[in-house]
Amino acid sequence: MKEILVLGLNHKTAPVEIRERLSFQDDIEFAIRSIKSMPNIDEVLVVSTCNRVEVIGVGEGDFSDSILKFLEKYKGIEESELLPHIYKLFGKDAIAHIFRVCSSLDSMVLGEPQILGQMKDAFYASVKCGGCGIILNRLMHKAFSVAKRVRAKTGIGQSAVSISYVAVELAKKIFEDLSHVSVMVIGAGEMAELAAMHFLSQGVKNFYFANRTYEKSLEFAKKFFGKAIHFQDLSISLHLVDVILCSTGAPHYVVTYKNVKQAMKLRKNKPIFFIDISVPRNIDPKIDEISNVYLYDIDDLKGVVEANIEERRKEAKKAEKIVEEGVSSFIFWLNTLKVAPTIQILLKRVEEIRRREVEKALAMLSKKDIKKEVVLDHMTKAMVKKIFHLPITKLKEMSGKEMGYLYIQTFRTLFDLNGYEKEEDNEDKDRNKRK
Amino acid sequence: MYPYLEKFFFYISLFLYLFSTCTYHIGYRQKEKKFYRFSIYILFFAFLSHSLSIFQRYLGSGRIPLVDLHESLSFFSWSIIVVFFFVYLKYRIEVLGVFVLPLVSIFMLASFLTMRSPGPMPPALKSHLLPIHATFSFLGDGLFAVAFCVSLMYLIQERQIKKKEIKKSYFRLPSLKLLDDLNYATLALGFIFLTVGIVTGSIWAQKAWGSYWSWDPKETWSLITWFVYAALLHGRLNMGWRGKKAAFFSIVGFFCILFTFLGVNLILPGLHRYS
Repeated sequence: MKEILVLGLNHKTAPVEIRERLSFQDDIEFAIRSIKSMPNIDEVLVVSTCNRVEVIGVGEGDFSDSILKFLEKYKGIEESELLPHIYKLFGKDAIAHIFRVCSSLDSMVLGEPQILGQMKDAFYASVKCGGCGIILNRLMHKAFSVAKRVRAKTGIGQSAVSISYVAVELAKKIFEDLSHVSVMVIGAGEMAELAAMHFLSQGVKNFYFANRTYEKSLEFAKKFFGKAIHFQDLSISLHLVDVILCSTGAPHYVVTYKNVKQAMKLRKNKPIFFIDISVPRNIDPKIDEISNVYLYDIDDLKGVVEANIEERRKEAKKAEKIVEEGVSSFIFWLNTLKVAPTIQILLKRVEEIRRREVEKALAMLSKKDIKKEVVLDHMTKAMVKKIFHLPITKLKEMSGKEMGYLYIQTFRTLFDLNGYEKEEDNEDKDRNKRK
Repeated sequence: MYPYLEKFFFYISLFLYLFSTCTYHIGYRQKEKKFYRFSIYILFFAFLSHSLSIFQRYLGSGRIPLVDLHESLSFFSWSIIVVFFFVYLKYRIEVLGVFVLPLVSIFMLASFLTMRSPGPMPPALKSHLLPIHATFSFLGDGLFAVAFCVSLMYLIQERQIKKKEIKKSYFRLPSLKLLDDLNYATLALGFIFLTVGIVTGSIWAQKAWGSYWSWDPKETWSLITWFVYAALLHGRLNMGWRGKKAAFFSIVGFFCILFTFLGVNLILPGLHRYS
């Protein structure tokens, strides 16, 4: 019986010093080929991201030691140093682990979306150098579809978990659609730029930039397709904007209570959202008392991030259920691969056809004026036709599809058809040998 | 035949309203869209059954079923659901049901408790203006009831964002802008309906009682309600009464409606004894 194995380490089991020493970059294809050439290993896939290095293998018996030896030797790490950080998972646990990784349930930032892309890259790398066979192929496709389901059916990736993105989310909870919203960015810090980028990607209506040095605002305005305003005009332009993002190095308040009070009057109380990510703060915290004014400083945003992470954890519980379903459906498929039941069903099916044809033939023979030869000829022809009808239609159907060559190849091997033609290319021969 | 069918449909709709209140609540707790979608289907059948029940009562009594308290409460619930469906179709705010359904269930239960077989038509109500007057008044009340729920949602969401205490409901409730817009839309439309209701009522009063306005408690309280909403709309358009203030006013307005509708009937005697 073939076994699925996951061997590796991740951010939970190993410090970054170990992870970086074990990681693969351009040598990943070499690693796949080397591991695949080992005895008892049929299929292999290597995942290497900044948070995890894992080898997924399919083969006979326990081949984990040979993979471990290879890693130690190739990366030059002592066994005693590596072993405490390594986990080995087999069978059902391994499948569940792969599904969880793809669904971002095992990520450092729960629900982060990059991991799925990284897993896909790892899969394509393995396919490219022939590391994936029928089981890994199916396993990874299933893992991707489980991940997709998790993303669609749960809110695991919905609530923002970075400061700048939380600002955008909050703005959406206040203004719904950001395409009617004007944003002003005060200051030119890195944080301000990052948040401005997020707002830009939401397609806000207007961008205003204010900075002590007017040239800098002009530069920003050009970069983000906005308008530059003079710093001294700041307080009289407040009423024009709905979101104010402040991140300057000023030691005093740039926006005062009086400014905001005045702006609110001009805005007819339309809500206004201040985000103050500067330390020391640049916006007078007292403005929070004015109704329809919302003020968030850096600590408040961090508080929201925490609440959002908690929300993701709740969603992760739903995701685990989807993963479980995926695992059991994959295991069901894996069991159908077992040879004995397949043979049993096949023989039963053929036996049914045979019996039916014999009955028909006997019925024909009971009529007097039919020759025995004709009956036999008719019976055998019908049997052959019935037995091969389904396989041949399926073969025709599948040959046009992705991975269709596998079916053709399997047919040729099963009925030993390869000797009859000489026009096969070498690659196909290789594949046959493996089978 | 009719009374049995009427009761049968009424009980079914009452049960389905209570049931969808539960499924909405579960959907809210679990944050699962499928429960909301399921609830909408349940609600649709509840509404269908409710409509049939009202129709059966009409056939059974041979008069418009807007006369006694049971009928009014039932029709009030029905109007809220009509408004809810329209709002749902336009804005697709599924979570609104979580707030509207308990309200509807309370009115339906009250209607259930005041259930009695239909009496004859009081002579004063025999007028072709009755359906017009009652429909506008009740749909207006339905709109105000939805505005009330939307305002509650607004206050909950606003409080969280203002106090920076992000809780479960932050993720479940829609944005402030959407709630505020919806509050305004339902209020403005409700105000038009209320105005038409009062005007038709007044014309009818002239015919029935010989005077456009006779200051009976129901009329007085309708006028008070009308002024509350007029003040709110005026403040909104001219003085920037939006957001929290508007939500708060809308809640006050709805309590005026409730008092006009129930309080006057139960406490203060007057010409409008029925509904």
